[in-house]
Amino acid sequence: MSWLKKLTSGLKKSSDAVTASLSGISGLFGKPKIDAGSIEELEEALITADLGVRAATDIADSLRSRKWSGPVDADQLRAALAESLTEILADAEAPLEISAARPHVILLAGVNGSGKTTTAGKLAARYAGQGKKVILAAADTFRAAAIEQLDRWGARSGVEVVAGERGGDAAALAYQALEKAQREQADILIIDTAGRLQNRAELMEELAKIIRVLGKLDAEAPHDRVLVLDGTVGQNALAQLRIFQEIAGVTGLIITKLDGSAKGGVVVALAREFGLPLHLVGVGEAAEDLQDFNARDYARALVGLDPA
Amino acid sequence: MFDSLKDKLQSVFSGLGKRGALSEADVDAALREVRLALLDADVALPVVKNFMASIREQAVGATVLKSVRPDQQVIKIVHDGLVAMLGGEAEELKVDVTPPAVILMAGLQGSGKTTTAGKLALHLQNKHRKKVMLASLDMTRPAAREQLRALGEQAAAGILPESDSETPLQLARRALKMAQLKAYDVLVLDTAGRLSIDDALMTELREIKKETNPHEVLLVADALTGQDAVNTAKAFHDQVGVTGIVMTRLDGDARGGAALSMRQVTGCPVKLVGVGEKLDALEGFDPKRLAGRILDMGDVVALVEKAAESIAEEEAMRMAERMAKGKFDMNDFLTQLRQLQKMGGLGGLLGMLPGIGKMQKQIAAAGIDDSMIKRQEAIILSMTRKERVSVGLLNASRRKRIAAGSGTSVQEVNRLVKQYQDMARMMKKMGSKAGAAGLKALMGGGNPLAAAGEGGADSAALPDMASLQQQLGSGSNPLAGLGRGGLPGLGGLPGGKVGGPLGGLPPGPRRGRKK
Repeated sequence: MSWLKKLTSGLKKSSDAVTASLSGISGLFGKPKIDAGSIEELEEALITADLGVRAATDIADSLRSRKWSGPVDADQLRAALAESLTEILADAEAPLEISAARPHVILLAGVNGSGKTTTAGKLAARYAGQGKKVILAAADTFRAAAIEQLDRWGARSGVEVVAGERGGDAAALAYQALEKAQREQADILIIDTAGRLQNRAELMEELAKIIRVLGKLDAEAPHDRVLVLDGTVGQNALAQLRIFQEIAGVTGLIITKLDGSAKGGVVVALAREFGLPLHLVGVGEAAEDLQDFNARDYARALVGLDPA
Repeated sequence: MFDSLKDKLQSVFSGLGKRGALSEADVDAALREVRLALLDADVALPVVKNFMASIREQAVGATVLKSVRPDQQVIKIVHDGLVAMLGGEAEELKVDVTPPAVILMAGLQGSGKTTTAGKLALHLQNKHRKKVMLASLDMTRPAAREQLRALGEQAAAGILPESDSETPLQLARRALKMAQLKAYDVLVLDTAGRLSIDDALMTELREIKKETNPHEVLLVADALTGQDAVNTAKAFHDQVGVTGIVMTRLDGDARGGAALSMRQVTGCPVKLVGVGEKLDALEGFDPKRLAGRILDMGDVVALVEKAAESIAEEEAMRMAERMAKGKFDMNDFLTQLRQLQKMGGLGGLLGMLPGIGKMQKQIAAAGIDDSMIKRQEAIILSMTRKERVSVGLLNASRRKRIAAGSGTSVQEVNRLVKQYQDMARMMKKMGSKAGAAGLKALMGGGNPLAAAGEGGADSAALPDMASLQQQLGSGSNPLAGLGRGGLPGLGGLPGGKVGGPLGGLPPGPRRGRKK
């Protein structure tokens, strides 16, 4: 099943939800003609998909001011909406590229419970499956059993996990892992870090330190600094990205848990404001459920159109 | 990015300056801003719409009180409306039943169920004097059971021995039996995170509920959740039946509108909130505080309460007396430093103030953190008793000795002495006036907010940042004193100048946000 199908099927299942949401859009599109009221409904549907008021209003305004030739039917409006969304998201469509550097270091950061450890495991499985030599580093030394959780993922895909003691120094662990990856000429090092809320200065400083010490071994490392976002997150995602970017120089995003009823529409707001790549989306629990983001498919799924 | 609601309402009503009843036009203009603020706080749209309708009814024609501006009046109405919608009073867990009381935890993946289960065990043991057993029914997430076991050990709670061959339902049965046999008061069942649309897992949850007949089914939800909160809450409530909500990650800077959405759609009270990573960071729910937060008026109430909590009353009295006499020596300064640490250090303190994200980075960049407070503590501890009482003794050679003794530099010692002198000057000034009385009123029990609001021109007893600040800044309490003299530990803040209360922190939600 493609990620898109999963996404769309997830969205369909939630259609009896209390919010108008996407089913609201569908209902709206059932009408023969559109009017000002239906565009307002659409604006609200975008808000309930977590686009935020500003993005939703701007997109609705652009539809309002558009010159339509003749009466507009539902499909036309739907297509126009998908187009606007695709346009906003187009620049965000950029897969995670492995640079020429060996090892290429990927650091995963984010707030608690966003799915970093699972994503680290899935990424490792993905690259190991491509025949790359991958090392996982369990730099979440805080959460109980985070190390065990990563160990399980490593065992599943035959990837070695560098881990230390719980409560140990995360930066030191990351440093050791990079040393080892360099020594053993690994292709990719994936570093899982502890969840941290962006308003906790001391925890953000710990993240900055991890990056600083990695820079001592390889000035470019970590090559990818990925913020992992929970698909159910609301407008706080903007604050998350702003501060993680300041502290860790985030280079791209991964959004997880899009197989539920949440649509992750905040990525539209993030794309408008930050223009960072959205590398991957998580749409299920299996390793292959972490898939490349496609702007057009996502936009069309969001408004209830087939990908074609 | 955007102005706070308060600023916006002020501008909506600016130039009106009118008294009497609120007109429909006034109310509509104001409510547009309120709507935006609620949506920004992630309150779900259908909930916002309901709320706006009821508020509009109350607001139109409401009389503007004499000493209150129209915008304040609207905030008051909205705030009270939010509090009422959040349930007004805090509700306790139902655990005083024939043991074992069973608590079933449910929620989406990553919402914080396992951590909350561990916190709950500690909470019930400490606050309710219960013997608690934890059991993980999570066979899905790798190492979920190890995580719960580790938390259980930290909390010194009982733990169900694991087994790989059982289904969650079988585990639940075994857990219940064991809890009965070993006479546990409470059994907390942690379950696998599941999507609300996953029929198979929801059916399993229903079966576990049927089998164990829990007294509480707690829906654990992340305060960072967006509009989907209503879908999640509704799905869990419809399919499983929920008795209460636990909001996690309220220590973040999310405004937590999800709590309002979930409360509204399930009718279930928010019973507990998670406010940190440590095992004891679980608190009762305070609707007023959350209402203030959703409206983005800063968690000032929490700040004042926390200060009141950790500054022991006697100590406050002693300090007050000393200040009244104009005495304030290094020993008192040391006490202040230690109180600051008790309040969760700078991190904890800053985290509670609105619009602080930017500041925190500056602070981190300047290397000001809790280790700085510790260094300052070390400096004072390296002084002799005499030196601590009469700072005038500190000549160059003594300062050198102190620097060497505390592992710091003479510059750091000088900076500390300067900070101390500024502060002592402040204390002296306020000493004879409101100082002692204000301190007693603020710290000596009662409602700290009410005390802080007393004598202010603003009689609408709102957790209003500005009015609180006026109070804090007018020298009627020790925090204000800290502010003028510079909060210990903040001395080296970039920009140097210390301004508002808590020295150098921005005066309100405004400054941390760009337009």
